[in-house]
Amino acid sequence: MSAATIVTLPDQATARIPKTNFLTKENGLLSWLLTGDHKRIATLYLISITFFFFIGGALAGLIRLELLTPQSDLVAADTYNKLFTMHGVIMVFFFLVPSVPATIGNFLIPLMVGAKDLALPKINLLSWYLYVVAGIMAIYTMAAGGVDTGWTFTTPLSTHYLNTHVISTGLAIFVAGFSSIFTGLNFIVTIHKMRCPGMTWFRLPLFVWSNYAASILMVLGTPVLAITLVLIVLERTVHIGVFDPAMGGDPLLFQHLFWFYSHPAVYIMILPGMGVISEVVSTFSRKRVFGYTAVAFSSVAIAVFGFFVWAHHMFIMGISNYAALVFSLLTMLVAVPSAIKIFNWAFTLYNGSITFETPMLYAFGFMGLFTIGGMTGVFLGATGTDIHLTETYFIVAHFHFVMVGGMLMAFLSGIHFWWPKWTGRMYPEKISQLAALVTFIGFNFTFFPQFILGTLGMPRRYAAYPPEFQVLNVFSTAGASILGVGYLLPILYLTWSLKYGEIAGDNPWQATGLEWQTQSPPLTENFPEIPIMDHEAYDYEWLARQQQKEVASVG
Amino acid sequence: MSDSTAIAHDTAAEAHHEHPPYQRHHFETVSQQFDATNFAMWLFLLTEVMFFGGLFTAYLLLRNWYYPAFVVASHQLNIGWGTANTAVLILSSFTMAMGVWSAEMRRKGMLVLFLVITFILGLVFLGIKTIEYHEKWEKHHIPGWHYSIQNFTNPTSDPEVYNEYHDKALPVDIASKTELYFFLYFAMTGMHALHMIIGIAILGYLIVRARAGDFTTGHVTYIENFGLYWHFVDIIWIFLFPLLYLISRH
Amino acid sequence: MDHISPVLWQFLVKWLTNFSLFPPEASKIAPQMDALYFFMVLVSLVGLTIVVLLIVGFSILYSKKRHPEAVQIEGSTLLEATWTIIPLGLFLIMFVWGALLYFRIYTPPANAMNIYVVGKQWMWKAEHPGGQHEIDSLHVPTGRPVQLTIISQDVFHSFSIPAFRVKREAIPGRYTTVWFEATTPGTYHLFCTQYCGTNHSQMIGDVVVMTPDDFKKWLQSSTSGHSLAQDGERLFASLSCNACHNTRPDARGPNLVGVYGSRLALANGQSVLVDDAYLRQAILNPSQNITQGYAPIMPTYQGQISEEGVFALVEYLKSLDSDYRIQQTVNTTVLPADSQGAAAPGGKAPAGPTSGGPGEVQQ
Repeated sequence: MSAATIVTLPDQATARIPKTNFLTKENGLLSWLLTGDHKRIATLYLISITFFFFIGGALAGLIRLELLTPQSDLVAADTYNKLFTMHGVIMVFFFLVPSVPATIGNFLIPLMVGAKDLALPKINLLSWYLYVVAGIMAIYTMAAGGVDTGWTFTTPLSTHYLNTHVISTGLAIFVAGFSSIFTGLNFIVTIHKMRCPGMTWFRLPLFVWSNYAASILMVLGTPVLAITLVLIVLERTVHIGVFDPAMGGDPLLFQHLFWFYSHPAVYIMILPGMGVISEVVSTFSRKRVFGYTAVAFSSVAIAVFGFFVWAHHMFIMGISNYAALVFSLLTMLVAVPSAIKIFNWAFTLYNGSITFETPMLYAFGFMGLFTIGGMTGVFLGATGTDIHLTETYFIVAHFHFVMVGGMLMAFLSGIHFWWPKWTGRMYPEKISQLAALVTFIGFNFTFFPQFILGTLGMPRRYAAYPPEFQVLNVFSTAGASILGVGYLLPILYLTWSLKYGEIAGDNPWQATGLEWQTQSPPLTENFPEIPIMDHEAYDYEWLARQQQKEVASVG
Repeated sequence: MSDSTAIAHDTAAEAHHEHPPYQRHHFETVSQQFDATNFAMWLFLLTEVMFFGGLFTAYLLLRNWYYPAFVVASHQLNIGWGTANTAVLILSSFTMAMGVWSAEMRRKGMLVLFLVITFILGLVFLGIKTIEYHEKWEKHHIPGWHYSIQNFTNPTSDPEVYNEYHDKALPVDIASKTELYFFLYFAMTGMHALHMIIGIAILGYLIVRARAGDFTTGHVTYIENFGLYWHFVDIIWIFLFPLLYLISRH
Repeated sequence: MDHISPVLWQFLVKWLTNFSLFPPEASKIAPQMDALYFFMVLVSLVGLTIVVLLIVGFSILYSKKRHPEAVQIEGSTLLEATWTIIPLGLFLIMFVWGALLYFRIYTPPANAMNIYVVGKQWMWKAEHPGGQHEIDSLHVPTGRPVQLTIISQDVFHSFSIPAFRVKREAIPGRYTTVWFEATTPGTYHLFCTQYCGTNHSQMIGDVVVMTPDDFKKWLQSSTSGHSLAQDGERLFASLSCNACHNTRPDARGPNLVGVYGSRLALANGQSVLVDDAYLRQAILNPSQNITQGYAPIMPTYQGQISEEGVFALVEYLKSLDSDYRIQQTVNTTVLPADSQGAAAPGGKAPAGPTSGGPGEVQQ
């Protein structure tokens, strides 16, 4: 291996994947469908969310195709409305919310804390089944004609003015919400009660801290979404009037209830990704994360503050000016911990020894794009500018920067980083670096023009638009096609690597962390003996001593 | 945090992998298993608080806006039945707590007895609720289903309630808001009743296993955690009762 | 904004507008908002540059080839404090600046000219007090504060004029307001920006800004012949409001002359300021808004009046400055003996003298 990488693989001529691992332990469909093994459940989740990602992506492709021309000529307006609604529902609830926690989190948390499984394996399996049921309901909705409320289900439009499948979608999200709650519940219990001896809170990897913070949000916030959806279903079926002003109800009540969950939801989506970035940046600069305590506490701060800013989605909706002030101030406060993290990661690079494997490339992409996305969030958090920018493409660009440029990049970074641990094989480095680059370029072309469109005033959710907006829209669609290629490539080469990838060995990245001290793929019970944690997190000196010991003993 | 030392080395089972049959393999000790599942139940109850919280928020808002309508509508509820239900639930929480005690004391007969009494009390609660719901149906006070405001615009048409409260007639626009009150009544008590039904079903299952002796050999986790759930359902009712039944009582 | 040369500023904005990268500035608040926006862009650029420089710089300086041994560093409280306090400080500046703008935009001045807007699936109706009705367009003069009182007839919509940098949600069941003062004649986009169903993207129109003289001419040529207040007067009579709300000493309802803008004591003990929102509530939910000293006998008109009708009534009540108008209305309608709630037959208020009346929009 050249000096420019940290990858150390075992001798490929003689290396074998360990015969006994969680993938080979038992065979047969039932052993997968009735498993309690968190790693198998994570694998099931990975397949499911990838499936939904591509459905959501296809919908995005159709949206961008329609927006090539100012007129609503590719699809009818009603169809377009269904496209963006389903794109939002699927991407938010069936991809982004479960993405890192249910896949990478499920796989790694027990390994990282030194446990044999999550605290409640059956609940974990139930959580996957709930996701699958919800997914089937969502697919049914699409097949039956779709829903066109927007993923935000604004009342009274969704309760009294549409004839589409609002109830089945609402119920699908209700079920998916419980999937999320059970995942979060499992994580919190595991992290509190099942850390191995010596694993104090401040020796935990930052990935665990981030998932812990996200789990708090999942557990406390999602039930409010659940009850809100119940109220929507009741309003639609029984017409009780709780959101109908003609009957004395309050449409703004729905807004408050909905955003009370949906704002913390965005932190549920991003925090686990930030955890991935901490792990990746540390490993590929061979350094402990700069300011470990600050990064850990900033995750918790984001979770706590995240509960108090929901009405910044409602600044122009007639809330009192003073309420707007309070929420704006809190929004500014919640932006600070994210900034802290970015700087801490950047300074982790300082005096490090940096290599540029694919996970690191995605991490760099995250840092740059999340900075832009986060800063544009501040544009929106200031009440004055929000008036002009809200409900336009500026918002669309903002959340795609943080969610796609941020979260999705972090997800891909994590998938590549832990792929060797999960499958025992390496992905092909060159093509994956190319894919990362293509994704980055495609992403910027797609979403940067949308900031300009938003400032110009182009509203969101428009099937047709004034002709002067066309040039920027064409740019955006061109970028989307590049982005699509960037996302297709990993599917292809990761699948290829399952059979033809190089054997990875226990620790190809020479990373710290308990998961890297076991075989790849891990045993079903993770550790033959519960480990004892006797060193700090990201202790590269400890790692160096370990390796020396190995060399010395192997000779 | 005592957690990392919660893996107490059980001297009796110091030999590797010697553990009671009910200890799951991913836990190191029984106490870790108990701790973890107990904590999980508390967390789950916290999610339930947030779930009901949405309904309480709607209640707060609408009661604030339409207080006169809420007062008059609440007079349609029978305080006698409500009090009886409250007493039934509090008693059932007591018997459930006694059941937990019995399990810890490893007294199978007592455990089964208390679980059965709790079960019966739960059914009594649901029975009384059925009577109350039926009465609402008869008087056309179910929102969205032939709802009638006649009893509120013309209180003398309902002599039973009128004799007790002597409410003044409400104008039509306020009287129509009583439907919102009844919606909240049905949503909140209905959601509560749903949780009771689920609880009673689980209780039935626990009684069967308790009779087989599963919970009196030291494995109290299920009983203890179910007890938590039952107490929680009781507490929700203790909030619902004054909010729905006792609005105008000082 | 005062610190930048106005010439440079105008050049920048014009250049950006010509290249369709920036919307035109056509209101007094637009440059003020753009100033904050550019400040934010600047801060973002600087922030992004710093982050990128750090990443790229460190990556080059400390790549494995150049720097094979990593040096373990715990952290630095000083640095943590720096990159906590500086971003926080910048964000707080933006918060305060933005808040000032927000209050400015959502606090209409007292002398603003009022235009009523109702949004419905899928069009905007603007009602000028002088009786001009527009669909999907809005004519306004330069140099005068204009307040929009907005409501929706059905679902949430949002009234957006990018060139003015104003936007406000149109909510069913309650009024929202926003104001602006247009500065540059021209035609600008009007958008609905809250998704409202099938033809959300067709709910667009034009805001036409005219010089005061042109605006006056437009008003005269577009009037429907009767002002909004006159429409309200007609409704007042046809709905028999004057059966209770008249000037007789034994009237069952309070005298409405001069009630707009006053503080009213309600029967439930509260004290309210009588504004547009209160008047609307009093018409549609009267029983909770009964004036002290009166019986709660006013029926609700929910479902009997459209939002345009409520606008007309509100405008009429705003214009009541003497008993004379109510008496005129009372005198010219024939009331059955006890006509609570019954529509008065043939109740047509006279198109009274227009001089000094509410029908003319004074420029």
